[in-house]
Amino acid sequence: MIPRYQTVLFFTLLIASAVMGVVLWQLLDRAHQRRLQGEDSAPLPAPAIAPPIETTFLVANDRENSLVRQTLTLPLPQSTNARAKAILGKLLDLYAAPNSTHPVPGGAASITGVFLLPVPADAASAGSSTATPGFSTANNAPGGDQLAVVNLTSAFVASHPSGLEAETLTVLSICSTLHANLAAVTQVRFLVDGQPRATLAGHADLTRNYMAADSAPSDGAHP
Amino acid sequence: MWDGRVETRKARICSFALVLIALFAGTATIHAQAPPSPASSGPASSAPATRFVVVLDAAHGGSDAGGSLATQPGQTQAEKAYTLALSVRLRSLLGARGIAVVTTRESDTAVDNNRRAEIANHANAAACISLHATQVGSGVHIYTSSLTPADPARLTPWKTAQAAWITRSLALAGVVNSALTHAGIAVTLGRTGLPAVDSMTCPAVAIEIAPKAASDQDQTSNQAQASSLDDPQYQAQIAQALAAAVLEWRSTAWRDNDSSPGAQP
Repeated sequence: MIPRYQTVLFFTLLIASAVMGVVLWQLLDRAHQRRLQGEDSAPLPAPAIAPPIETTFLVANDRENSLVRQTLTLPLPQSTNARAKAILGKLLDLYAAPNSTHPVPGGAASITGVFLLPVPADAASAGSSTATPGFSTANNAPGGDQLAVVNLTSAFVASHPSGLEAETLTVLSICSTLHANLAAVTQVRFLVDGQPRATLAGHADLTRNYMAADSAPSDGAHP
Repeated sequence: MWDGRVETRKARICSFALVLIALFAGTATIHAQAPPSPASSGPASSAPATRFVVVLDAAHGGSDAGGSLATQPGQTQAEKAYTLALSVRLRSLLGARGIAVVTTRESDTAVDNNRRAEIANHANAAACISLHATQVGSGVHIYTSSLTPADPARLTPWKTAQAAWITRSLALAGVVNSALTHAGIAVTLGRTGLPAVDSMTCPAVAIEIAPKAASDQDQTSNQAQASSLDDPQYQAQIAQALAAAVLEWRSTAWRDNDSSPGAQP
């Protein structure tokens, strides 16, 4: 026989549970309504996709000791610095590919950054004494000459094949490719992990400003 | 009072003398580093008795091993050893032909790039040949400095001293190119920035030995081509061609023309 007080207590708790369930349901519904009211239900703007741009690469060829012009269509960022980095990253990806004509491991990750700086007029004229042949310091860019500082990784430098030809081709292809796509870039300087370095892999001088020019070497020309 | 004026005058005279001495010493030092002008210490056509000296610069050395060359299957040789061996061989060939040779190193020692240029500049050389070797490419690569040709000046920046000699260096590269091509060796010409060569005040070229070109050899496998760097016949062929080029340079371009910087061959 169940005592009467236990029966009353049971039904009291049952009714309280039901009431609490209803209240909880209503609170959840209100919270959901508040969240919907706070959100902007308008459709999100479509992400901006960079238009594909025809990009020119001066690709090194070890067998012929030459730079060969190659054109690819790539989506490139709008920012000039980011664009320069993307272009050089693609160039180094070509070198890291299995059938590369100038095999250098590392790929796009070997470029930490490319920084474009304005070149003072006196520096531009003084730098002509270290110009690469076939290149000049003529200022044809509407915005003035720019110095591109290319920051390479130490891993790239450590794995780069040693040799006059291999190192020279790498340096000249980077300079020529930058200038072919960014006409304002007339000088290029190299850093490794943010620091100056004497040579790329024991030969090519990295302490100088390379003059990259208003006229890149013609197709297949020897540097 | 009188003694004080005398001491002041003596002090002024001493200071003036010290300034003069410092100026003289500075001028002499800078002049020693500048490329010789035609009228001063440079070998000129009016002085054919000037000694014909060739500087051989075996690249790398000591802790700087340079590149790694695959000479035999499974074996490698450091570039520094290869260039030293070639330098010794070439020195012997030139010495046998009565040509004075100055080398930047005779053993496996580290030589700074500035020191290499100093040796070449003090030798007042008629030709400077920097020797390199690589596994990349094929044949022999001849490089001259990529500095823009400049007129000879009394005071020249150390790092661009070669600028006044570019014309002569290109002429020397042409003579070397002809000799190697005549010997049946594939040659590619180029220009580059090489710290030691850029500071030399003499006709200077960098010679880089690469494996024999595929078309030049009987064996066609990649391994055979790579190991051709160690081929004694190939090495001898190159050394003989370089010696012939130096002889040609002495007999024509250097003796018959003004060897001053900037002169047309």
